[in-house]
Amino acid sequence: MSVKVVLRNPRREVEVAAGRRVKDVLVELEIIPESVLVIRGDELVTADQMVRDDDVLELRPVMSGGRA
Amino acid sequence: MKCRKCGERAAIELRRHNAAFCVPDFQDFFRKQIREAIRKHRMFTEDEPVLVAVSGGKDSLALWDVLIDEGYRTTGLYLDLGIFDYSVESKARCEAFAARRGVPLIIAAVADEVGAPVPVIKQVTRRPPCSGCGLSKRYLMNRTALQHGFPVVATGHNLDDEAATLFGSVMHWQTDALPRQSPALASTHPKLVRRVKPLYRLSERETAAFAFTRKIDYIVDECPFAKGATSIAHKELLNRMEEASPGAKHNFLFGFLDKARAAFERVEHVELKECARCGQVTTGEICAFCKLAQSVRGAGAPRAPQRAGRGEAATDPSVPGAGA
Repeated sequence: MSVKVVLRNPRREVEVAAGRRVKDVLVELEIIPESVLVIRGDELVTADQMVRDDDVLELRPVMSGGRA
Repeated sequence: MKCRKCGERAAIELRRHNAAFCVPDFQDFFRKQIREAIRKHRMFTEDEPVLVAVSGGKDSLALWDVLIDEGYRTTGLYLDLGIFDYSVESKARCEAFAARRGVPLIIAAVADEVGAPVPVIKQVTRRPPCSGCGLSKRYLMNRTALQHGFPVVATGHNLDDEAATLFGSVMHWQTDALPRQSPALASTHPKLVRRVKPLYRLSERETAAFAFTRKIDYIVDECPFAKGATSIAHKELLNRMEEASPGAKHNFLFGFLDKARAAFERVEHVELKECARCGQVTTGEICAFCKLAQSVRGAGAPRAPQRAGRGEAATDPSVPGAGA
């Protein structure tokens, strides 16, 4: 019962336990919800949704910067 | 979680608005925020052509997308910074977007104007890359707008950008910078065009969500020189505050704009002149851009950055072991 999570900058993948909410996954990975889009397939998902076995979640960072 | 407007399943939660929206209603909300920004600050009229500065990232392409759909006459401006593969990929995103939407795109290269791309400017000036990059972008945006008859340049600065800039200015009490921080900067000289930020009411998570749901192909990877930038550190701090107190970023920025900004406006008059070399506006004899170009060309800088294996010149942060 696991979920694959794809992270960016740098790109990497981790496995986390399924059967809980997206917000619990973010807490485990120490990611602030405000800093990412959570994408499953071609859809955005909210923090209260359940992650299921074999789901693939992309946590896409939204931060850009360095601009003067 | 349900959409606040239609009750269907929500795609995004906006805690600072105590709301969640489905995709169509979120996009409607997003467009309304831009309309409100343009109206409130009289950024431009439907009759004025708008030059949209685009980087290939989510913010500027989302802005361009909305302005096109709102019926504005827009032209994109892409400034090629010459930052390795990042610039190659971001330029391709802008060209593809312009072709798909059937809108004109102007492309200018920093290397052609300054004498070298941003990585080499960094080496020559020995200053943070964002310094020479930002200076070049502001100068070339204004000059290109003048050359092509645009009264206004729109940039993709969002709420997070503006809050982080304000945070940085306040941390150092840069009181000169505070009055210049505004969603709309009026033209104060015939050779200075208006600069506006129609996304200032929207967070970067919201612009990312809009770009994603509109299927805009934007460059997700950040600029390789942004890593370690102070503005990124400030954004991370502000996001932690936002997590603890939704609306913190909004309240910080909007409180400043509504209540504090006017108190920092200068009483003394700043005399604006025209640069003796290029004719663009400056407060001195020679503008900062011409000084930068002189120092780059005077150093005999190569027009292309040196790659790994060449000691000091190997500053591509994407190359393992590079010196940046």
